[in-house]
Amino acid sequence: MTEMSSLETEVRRALGGDALNTEDCRGELSVYVPVNRIADCLKILRDDSAIAMQQLLDICGVDYPDRAARFDVVYHLLSLTTNQRLRVKVAVVENVPVPTVIGVYSTAGWFERECWDMYGVPFSGNPDLRRILTDYGFEGHPLRKDFPLTGYVEVRYDDEKKRVVYEPVKLTQDFRNFDFLSPWEGMTNVNMRLPGDEKAKEVKQ
Amino acid sequence: MTDAARNWDEEYTTPEGKRVRPFTVNFGPQHPAAHGVLRMILEMDGEVVERADPHIGLLHRGTEKLIEHKTYTQATPYFDRLDYVSPMCQEHAFALAVEKLLGIKAPERAQYIRVMFSEITRILNHILNITTFAIDLGAVTPSLWGFEEREILMEFYERVSGARMHANYFRPGGVHQDLPDGLADDIWAYTERFPKFLADIEELLTENRIFKQRTVDIGIVSKQEALDWGFTGPMLRASGVAWDLRKSQPYDVYDKMEFDVPIGKTGDCYARYLVRLEEMRQANRMIKQCLKELPQGPVMVDDHKISPPKRADMKMSMEALIHHFKLYTEGYHVPAGETYTAVEVPKGEFGVYLVSDGTNKPYRCKIRSPGFAHLQGADFMCKGHMLADAVAVIGSMDIVFGEIDR
Repeated sequence: MTEMSSLETEVRRALGGDALNTEDCRGELSVYVPVNRIADCLKILRDDSAIAMQQLLDICGVDYPDRAARFDVVYHLLSLTTNQRLRVKVAVVENVPVPTVIGVYSTAGWFERECWDMYGVPFSGNPDLRRILTDYGFEGHPLRKDFPLTGYVEVRYDDEKKRVVYEPVKLTQDFRNFDFLSPWEGMTNVNMRLPGDEKAKEVKQ
Repeated sequence: MTDAARNWDEEYTTPEGKRVRPFTVNFGPQHPAAHGVLRMILEMDGEVVERADPHIGLLHRGTEKLIEHKTYTQATPYFDRLDYVSPMCQEHAFALAVEKLLGIKAPERAQYIRVMFSEITRILNHILNITTFAIDLGAVTPSLWGFEEREILMEFYERVSGARMHANYFRPGGVHQDLPDGLADDIWAYTERFPKFLADIEELLTENRIFKQRTVDIGIVSKQEALDWGFTGPMLRASGVAWDLRKSQPYDVYDKMEFDVPIGKTGDCYARYLVRLEEMRQANRMIKQCLKELPQGPVMVDDHKISPPKRADMKMSMEALIHHFKLYTEGYHVPAGETYTAVEVPKGEFGVYLVSDGTNKPYRCKIRSPGFAHLQGADFMCKGHMLADAVAVIGSMDIVFGEIDR
């Protein structure tokens, strides 16, 4: 743990006021930085000799629909020389672009495309911000929490038209999403109600 | 060509006075050398590749979205289906990530079994890669021999888990079942004869003139490029970077394993082939060591809030029946938090970024697949090479679309 906290002090020293908040979750350090400073911060983290994050391994989005800044864009860094990992996060308001980090790590290109494709977080300065994983002509951003698991369209081969056609999703059986959120140890929390609990009272009255 | 200002598709006059117009080749998505459903738009200047634009996502199944709607138990099998030539290694990453959030550790015997099967998986993967790589370059025999070996290894999979490929064997908290009787002896017997197979493959390829002509000095990746483009695994090591998560950030019992990490010198396709070949030898060594040191004991944590009770107990104990029911309907709740847990799969660093909100389903599960970053490098690796070399470069990357498209 001492090693990790030393990384925390180093990161705080190197980033100064840009390190908005640091979190240690099970020995893994995360640091929040301002959106517009992300490229500079990653450059500092890469070039600072005590931190030396040579590799950017991953960029991904996380969707928190209830927050004002709806998305987190998470950058996972790895240092081969100090053998440490660091998670850098920015909180992004919907439709506000995040500056690209291609200038710092070339590998960012596709990861930013993926994040754009999946969450609709735009990256300003990315020269090739096309969709990457979804179909040509796909609409919507599938990993957003408000995007249904089944999607909106389905494809099939139409024998008359001799081509693949897109149609609205038709489910022969509704998607079954059971609410399993009951506490294991029995009902101890009075605020936690399951559908149908109100009937117990009605019977008593 | 030398004129940087010229558009790639504009007609121009060569020094010999010929009018030339570059053209675009659509490579794939159904091409035997594309290793799956890769579609590459190659902008060619004569037979030289000017730009390669891989179009991926043809195998996108929305694994991450599906996992968000499944319990942790139900999410495990999705990891087999990512990189379907190294299934167990990926389960390993997920199992370790969930264990980290739950704050549990698998029993030692389970850790040994997991390491052993991870290494069997490594052999399984590298045989497929090396032999199909050889097919791409025109050598068919290695794959005929290699697939026979793979069949034997998949039989070990089947005996331990019931499935040849989609094993669903590593679970958070250990492994699903103990090794069946006699399996350890059979694996041992296999490790004894495996070096003979490797020697045969080496004899076919390593000093083969055609093979070397097609791979040496093709698709060179420098140290700096490999780091910059997020390369991991054999792609990084072939470029001379001594980095292996099994050594530097050991998980399970890798810290007790004796093995060497092969490093390439040249960073070309041939170096990547040599690194993979040596990794198979080291994997074989580790399997032997695991079998020698395999301790007795349980293979799953003894906590029926995480691991299912034994079938026999359920016949007699009401408590066990309740646990079984709860586990297979609701699943276990994972404390809120987040982790990025990475393992060294045969292709490189496979990471799982798991965000839990305290319920029985992951809030977010990002899968970091090594092939995604590697394929992105196809553009700079193919540039300036012939079309046939693009095939060699792709073959040496060891890409599988299950994990790239997710």
